[in-house]
Amino acid sequence: MSFVPISYYLVLSAILFGLGVVAFVFKRNVITIFMSIELMLNAVNLAFVAFARAHNQLDGLVFVFFVIVVAAAEAAVGLAIVIMLAQNRQSLSVERVNLLKF
Amino acid sequence: MGFISQHPVLVASIIKIAVLLFIVMTALAYLTWMERKIIAHIQSRWGPYYVGAHGLLQPLADGLKFLFKEDITPPVADRLVYTLAPFLALSVGLTAIALIPFGPPDVLIPVLRQQAWSVTDINIGLLMVFAITAIGVYGVALAGWSSNSKYPLMGGLRSSAQMISYEVSLTMSVVGVVLVAGSFNFNEIIQHQKGAFWHWNILGLQHGAFPQIIGFLCYLTAAIAETNRIPFDLPEAETELVAGFHTEYSSFKFAMFFMAEYANMITVSCLATILFFGGWLSPLPESWHWQIFLPGAGLVLLGIYCAYDTLTEMRGIARLQLAVVTALALGGGLLCLIPPVASVIQGPFWFTTKILVILFFYIWLRGTLPRFRYDQLMSFGWKLLLPVSLANLVITAFVMIWPWLRHG
Amino acid sequence: MSLAFILFAFCALLAVGGAVALILAREPIHSALALILVMVALAVLYLLLGAPFVAAVQIIVYAGAIMVLFVFVIMLLNMGVEEHTDFSKIAKFAGVPLALVLMLWVGHWLAHTPAAAAVGTSANIEPSSTEELSKKLFQQFLFPFEATSVLILIALLGALVLARKEE
Repeated sequence: MSFVPISYYLVLSAILFGLGVVAFVFKRNVITIFMSIELMLNAVNLAFVAFARAHNQLDGLVFVFFVIVVAAAEAAVGLAIVIMLAQNRQSLSVERVNLLKF
Repeated sequence: MGFISQHPVLVASIIKIAVLLFIVMTALAYLTWMERKIIAHIQSRWGPYYVGAHGLLQPLADGLKFLFKEDITPPVADRLVYTLAPFLALSVGLTAIALIPFGPPDVLIPVLRQQAWSVTDINIGLLMVFAITAIGVYGVALAGWSSNSKYPLMGGLRSSAQMISYEVSLTMSVVGVVLVAGSFNFNEIIQHQKGAFWHWNILGLQHGAFPQIIGFLCYLTAAIAETNRIPFDLPEAETELVAGFHTEYSSFKFAMFFMAEYANMITVSCLATILFFGGWLSPLPESWHWQIFLPGAGLVLLGIYCAYDTLTEMRGIARLQLAVVTALALGGGLLCLIPPVASVIQGPFWFTTKILVILFFYIWLRGTLPRFRYDQLMSFGWKLLLPVSLANLVITAFVMIWPWLRHG
Repeated sequence: MSLAFILFAFCALLAVGGAVALILAREPIHSALALILVMVALAVLYLLLGAPFVAAVQIIVYAGAIMVLFVFVIMLLNMGVEEHTDFSKIAKFAGVPLALVLMLWVGHWLAHTPAAAAVGTSANIEPSSTEELSKKLFQQFLFPFEATSVLILIALLGALVLARKEE
């Protein structure tokens, strides 16, 4: 075929998002969980860009820009929290951070 | 034949990439020769002299040495990442050169009718080069970490922190040029500097432009820090951290880091010439038509000097080698004096000359200056260089908006 | 089997492979490398979709700055804290199949929206121009733009305050 239909990109975005959810739920290292959030954000970005191409508008690209910026801010603060967590609990496993569990 | 005519872009790109790769690898090797000779002369000694005439075969000897050395992998190192890091560093360093135009875009390859002097011509070429150099930080960081040893880890962390800090200033100092030219495309930036050397962005004395001297100085400083050269090479200095992030590497992987550093130097020099010194444009006004004979004349003069050297100073096999160099120089020079070839070779000749001047300056700095301490380096990058490049950006933006401030 | 389709298939395989490697890796640094691979593959896909500026921003910001931050934190914390991860038992038998069902359902639904039938990348689409994108960003979306600048400033201050040692 001489073109790639947009639905292929959307299915790829869904697969990546699903894999991000799997990583988020099943991994125990805090930093890996954080990285799975970034994977989900990337999958959503791909969907945005695909739709921007489908509708031939630039709004999707502007939104991708904002998603990337917000992900940067979130990564900075989140990793600072992770560093404090590691210093306090001497471990990076989420199973050790359960003091608020009833 | 059908495939070639149906996919001219692909075939032309493959040919150009192969040729460019060969030329760049040779240039890397001879850049090491140039560095050793220049530093030697700064330090009042000769440098490589015996391996080939004037040490010209020294890079070949070094390359063979690196290939045949024993390749030691520390047993506690992380295998995958340890092997990946030098490959990443070298491939990223070489990829950025694919975006650089070495000559005007209207010179075409004969059968395929594609641009001859640049592999690609992206509308956001400048952003892409910065994207590629941003990935280069990983080579250093991962090398330091995967060696699983104190000195490489410290060296790798320090070096990558330095690189990402100066990357911000690097990008900021270049935005002034983008504002003046109105585009990220390299060819448009170069076209904006048409004229003679006073139209180049560093002097910017043309309609609708503003001198970018501060931008150039910020760019050069940030680039030297980005490529980990003296005076910013504390993370890999031999007297400080053994050898920094590449302590545990030997033979070919070390050679790859070495080549990656020189490839980064070449990329940064190419960017500096395109952005601030007019790229492949000649410094002389275009009405001086005799300037197309300059490359040929220069090569012929080089050939005459080599001939003089062959006849008077060299002995033995060095004489034969230098005679070969003389023949090549004279032959190439006479070839470049033929008008069709001369007009084609103009762009790359000026580009190469400017790159060589900037590389000479790089090496000159290495031979002359002491190094910064690490905290001095970081505070310089964040507290002095970034505000100065931001100020340059703001001033350029103001001047470009208000027409009565611009020249004409 | 045009060039665009081959490139799309290759990058899609790289992206999915990277995501699977992120899940299956035992060391966090390998997961980080896999995520960088995913981001670079996605950047090439953005280029295929005619968004070169977004591809460049993705590599410069996401793969070149955010992931460097992740790699730094992993390297720094590895110096003191050792934590490998592994699947829990319920994940292998109930979780992964259910996740696959979720993915396939969302994918099927996305693939049959009206917009999805549109023609995707072909050999000669017009890539979006940076000038138009910036006009939109600075005219129509000016307020969100300034709001994100304030957000970054707040995040900067927050990270500084949080990560500082108690003195």
